[in-house]
Amino acid sequence: MNSAELTLPATDDAQERYFQELIDRDSRIEPRDWMPAEYRTSLIRQISQHGHSEIIGMQPEANWITRAPSLKRKAILMAKVQDEAGHGLYLYSAAQTLGISRDEMAEQLIAGKARYSSIFNYPALTWADMGAIGWLVDGAAICNQVPLCRASYGPYARAMVRICKEESFHQRQGFEILLELSQGTAAQKEMAQDAVNRWYWPSLMMFGPPDDESPNSAQSMAWKIKRFSNDDLRQRFVDMVVPQAEVLGLTLPDPELAWNEDRGHYDMGEIDWAEFHEVLAGRGPCNAQRMQRRRDAHEDGRWVREAAAAYAEKQAAASLKAAS
Amino acid sequence: MNDGAPAHPDGHGHVDVAKVTLSEEIVDRASVASTDVAEYATWLGDDALILAQQLGWWISRAPELEEDIALGNIALDLIGHARSFLHYAGTATGRSEDDLAYFRDEHEFRSVHLVEQPNGDFAHTIVRQLLMSLYLFELYRELAGSADATLAAVAGKAEKEVDYHRDHASQWILRLALGTEESRERLLVALSDLWPYVEELFRDEPLHDVLAGIAVRPSGLREAFDRVLTDLFAEAELARPRTPTTSGGGRRGQHSEYLGYLLTEMQVLARRHPGATW
Repeated sequence: MNSAELTLPATDDAQERYFQELIDRDSRIEPRDWMPAEYRTSLIRQISQHGHSEIIGMQPEANWITRAPSLKRKAILMAKVQDEAGHGLYLYSAAQTLGISRDEMAEQLIAGKARYSSIFNYPALTWADMGAIGWLVDGAAICNQVPLCRASYGPYARAMVRICKEESFHQRQGFEILLELSQGTAAQKEMAQDAVNRWYWPSLMMFGPPDDESPNSAQSMAWKIKRFSNDDLRQRFVDMVVPQAEVLGLTLPDPELAWNEDRGHYDMGEIDWAEFHEVLAGRGPCNAQRMQRRRDAHEDGRWVREAAAAYAEKQAAASLKAAS
Repeated sequence: MNDGAPAHPDGHGHVDVAKVTLSEEIVDRASVASTDVAEYATWLGDDALILAQQLGWWISRAPELEEDIALGNIALDLIGHARSFLHYAGTATGRSEDDLAYFRDEHEFRSVHLVEQPNGDFAHTIVRQLLMSLYLFELYRELAGSADATLAAVAGKAEKEVDYHRDHASQWILRLALGTEESRERLLVALSDLWPYVEELFRDEPLHDVLAGIAVRPSGLREAFDRVLTDLFAEAELARPRTPTTSGGGRRGQHSEYLGYLLTEMQVLARRHPGATW
């Protein structure tokens, strides 16, 4: 339990007060603590979506493993995509502590009932996309995720600590890929600029709709699952990448980007929210392809999982028999 | 549904993205290979490279998340071995590991036909992995005592990793053989399809004589390979396949039809930008 000085209450009202007190004191809620049903549901939704995003997010980069242009880059890319599978596992495990099974989550994903980050519905068309995804997409993910290391639910926060450590390496390797390209041949630099042009706006959309249109944000902030608003995080990201783009010698495709002395932040142009809603509604460039690939892997692997389960059962039966 | 999936010590084969650098991931002893040793190192490097390239396809397509990770780990280990051997091979002619991986044509590759065989279903991938891991384990164990210090160092490191690979494959062989009717049937098909390519692994070539004391004569590994396989097959209630042997020829640059497609995909980007660095 979270605090020795607090005694365990008996009634629902008292439990709710106790829960809120833990939240207010910035203590962690742990799996066996009482929690409001909506808190549980909201966390299951957020953590499983996050896990699904890691799993679907493997696909755009896996698309380049077999074509990576050097053996060193091939090894780094394999390690990165593999890390993402590991992140999916941590997150699914964190969600399981709230009472949902991994099979249920897998079924929700392939049935199209669960969401994952829309960013992965954009295609990875060139090698430079490996750089842009690492720099911009992982960079945006880090801005979103670092505050989650202090989320009120213990297992989620602890998973995020581990994930953020690896994500910062991912971002750095993305930056390095782009740096190498932008300092390379003219064709390589062009490839890098094209990738940044395509990934910049979608990466800004990763922070979600503007604050006044974000349905789940207020409650999540009150529960300290979320600690900063979508717009605040987006601003933080833009402020971070503008100077990095200068180091890369690449431009960001927003003519309205300008330093605002009064605000102490960069001003930015309007995001195309119509595109955001189109992709969210399943009409992005790769929604169908990503889902099909996940379904195929799941269906093609069914006989293998069944074999492993049958084998485990037989072994258990045999050892039970040997013991009796 | 993970019950029964092979367990692996946490972190085995895990490569920290931040730490993948030439100096740390490959064995580089700054020695220069002779022409013959370079040729031999190319054989070893090409087997590991082609197999790694095949396994890389599975990442994001495996039957379980744990298996995305496991096959990824194995592929990473193999890429590491390939880089070490090819880097060393390149010292004879002033070429880099990437020159050798990306700018040789099909007939210049020296891989055996077994690693070129398609991924097929999971059973084919696992059978190919089993046969190669058993062979490579015996090979590296011997090679660790090679008179060539660089080959010995690479093999010494690789032997420990390949030991995990053969455990991973063996665990799956048991599950597929004794799991369900379907898995057993698929395993039998894969064994029968891939068995013809085993013989080539153990065929001595003239180069093995030239490099006595440095290279390992593969014919001498067959007994140990058979012994391990016989024990595993007994536990899995499998009979040795009877499909006939194919002629092979990979060590002389005569390949299966599959290799051309594999290389086309692997080399396309590097060849579009000759001289570029990445």
